[in-house]
Amino acid sequence: MTPPPLVVIAATLVVLLGLATMLTWVERRLLGLWQDRYGPNRVGPGGLFQAVADGIKILFKQDWIPPFADRPVFVLAPAIGMMTVLLAFGVIPVTALWSIAGDLNVGLLFVFATMGLGVYSVVLAGWASNSKYALLGGMRAAAQMISYEVFMGLSTLGVVMTTGSFSLRDIVQAQAGLWFVIPQCLGFVVFLMAGIAETHRLPFDLPEGENELGAGFHTEYSGMKFGMFFLSEYAGIVLVSALVTTLYLGGWQGPVLPPALWFAAKTGALVCLFILLRAALPRPRYDQLMALGWKILLPLSLLNIVATGAVLLLRAPG
Amino acid sequence: MTANLPFLLSALVAVWATFMVVTRAVAIHALLYLVVALLALACVFDVLGAPFAAILEVIVYAGAIMVLFVFVVMMLNLGRPDSLRENTWIAPRIWIGPGLLAALLLAALADALVMAAPGGGRIAVIDTRQVGLALYGPYVLMVELASFLLLAGLVSAFRIGRHIRDEDAP
Amino acid sequence: MFGILRTLWLTFLHMGHRRVTVGYPETRPALPPRYRGRIILSRDPDGLERCVACNLCAVACPVDCISLQKAEQDGRWYPEYFRINFSRCIFCGFCEEACPTYAIQLTPDFEMSEYVRPNLVYEKEDLLISGTGKYPDYSFYRVSGVEIPGKDKGEAEREQPPVDVRSLLP
Ligand code: SF4
Ligand code: SF4
Repeated sequence: MTPPPLVVIAATLVVLLGLATMLTWVERRLLGLWQDRYGPNRVGPGGLFQAVADGIKILFKQDWIPPFADRPVFVLAPAIGMMTVLLAFGVIPVTALWSIAGDLNVGLLFVFATMGLGVYSVVLAGWASNSKYALLGGMRAAAQMISYEVFMGLSTLGVVMTTGSFSLRDIVQAQAGLWFVIPQCLGFVVFLMAGIAETHRLPFDLPEGENELGAGFHTEYSGMKFGMFFLSEYAGIVLVSALVTTLYLGGWQGPVLPPALWFAAKTGALVCLFILLRAALPRPRYDQLMALGWKILLPLSLLNIVATGAVLLLRAPG
Repeated sequence: MTANLPFLLSALVAVWATFMVVTRAVAIHALLYLVVALLALACVFDVLGAPFAAILEVIVYAGAIMVLFVFVVMMLNLGRPDSLRENTWIAPRIWIGPGLLAALLLAALADALVMAAPGGGRIAVIDTRQVGLALYGPYVLMVELASFLLLAGLVSAFRIGRHIRDEDAP
Repeated sequence: MFGILRTLWLTFLHMGHRRVTVGYPETRPALPPRYRGRIILSRDPDGLERCVACNLCAVACPVDCISLQKAEQDGRWYPEYFRINFSRCIFCGFCEEACPTYAIQLTPDFEMSEYVRPNLVYEKEDLLISGTGKYPDYSFYRVSGVEIPGKDKGEAEREQPPVDVRSLLP
């Protein structure tokens, strides 16, 4: 028996947004832990309600639209960001039988499509703000996200070739024996890096680059619109972690524990890895970022494709 | 006529968005409507049973190419003065040629539609595997040619990038 | 590449380290006596004001937050009013360095928040303490040649009696 779609959608919204909100707290506590300090620990047990307090604060802030901004686009931009991230969650298979929107035979491509649309949120925010820092941030974001999307797509091709399907469920099922992280380790590394760049998280958060751009593309945003950007960034982290889990870490598969729990555990561990990256690594210069992409990641992912193809051909019967 | 609601809706959206593209004064708004039109087209593809084409439409056109458009327009910073200048361009002398050609195309399309309409029938979903087999089966020459073209583009892009750096160096 | 992994690992290991920060209102950090906090004006061992209204602190202050006016009584100088605007003070300690009489001193107390900004302007009554602060034995008038009631010229510590310039004797 499946619940009606509206209920599923509402539940997904609540769960995902709640998750993203809590993640702000988790991230700050973990950062504190790794930087030998406390992090927020006042509101509620262990600071657990800090996220709620922040939410209330951000809701009651003045929701200011700069007079020089392009109003409709300015309002639209954060909504696009949120929407595309949430859409992509639809096809992630949480267990063998259940994913939010059912299984799509072009699931992986669908995720890439939504991610590609996610670029608009950042670019348009930068443009509509009509301020130079926001614009610079938006342009950086456009260049960065488009290029890294290329490597992201190419790096997953190895997985797709081995599985012979774009369906995320088939991909997980193909990992029953061996998780793809081992035969596809190159692709795994490239995908991870591209994932960080896609969500413009530290250390690849150049579109925001606090020290040189103010706050980058969301410089002019305040109140809940800023909150939307913030939440969609965190939801994006969860999304990329879930994707890596499905593509390379065997999705829901694992002994003893129920599948959904395995999925959650793997995703959670990856989210922690994301936060660790933020805690440990400095931000590269912009040209370094681009050079890393086009001069290292692109050849690596191509190599991965060629190698996978060769192995598949050798193994093929006849 | 067996009306297909999702198809009709997305087709309407596509037409309306395209209309808005042509009438917008601010370049970015026009581009946004163009994106919407492309997304609607993707929906049309999906409804017609070609999910692979639909997704590619989103990834390639809406996701990459249009972003580049937006990117360029952002850098050019087209404002009100440009829209004024644009008004002077919209003289019959300018648009009559393209308009005639487009009308011709429309006529051809209408003719084709009238010819094809009665066939109709069930929609067969074409999945990725079939697309791949078609590409590397009967159309392999096309794929090779396209890859030639892309390679040429790649090489020239590389050359342009090199050129600028060499000039900067000394 | 290896460097990055090593950084990650080392940062990860910090999980087990002791925290360097403390939860402030419950556990208070141990402040050393020379911590630069709230400013006081001290008195000399005899219980009189140390400040001689020389204005050196006001000159030294990089943000110009000290203001005072000289007054005189029995040959002793003292400030008529002495005002520090703590909403501007940056607790740099330059005033303490500049003061020739150890009158102005910074103390290890930083909890001076106020709800109203003017409350941060401290007058002499707020600044003056009854003790000697960090330098218990020092008294400016006891070591300087200034003439005050009960101490003539030449009677200060390690001071020779004044030379009679009109006498012929060596
Ligand atoms: S501590 Fe520095 S800023 Fe404050 S009163 Fe003294 S000299 Fe001025
Ligand atoms: S506090 Fe010290 S430096 Fe300032 S006026 Fe008084 S004696 Fe001079």
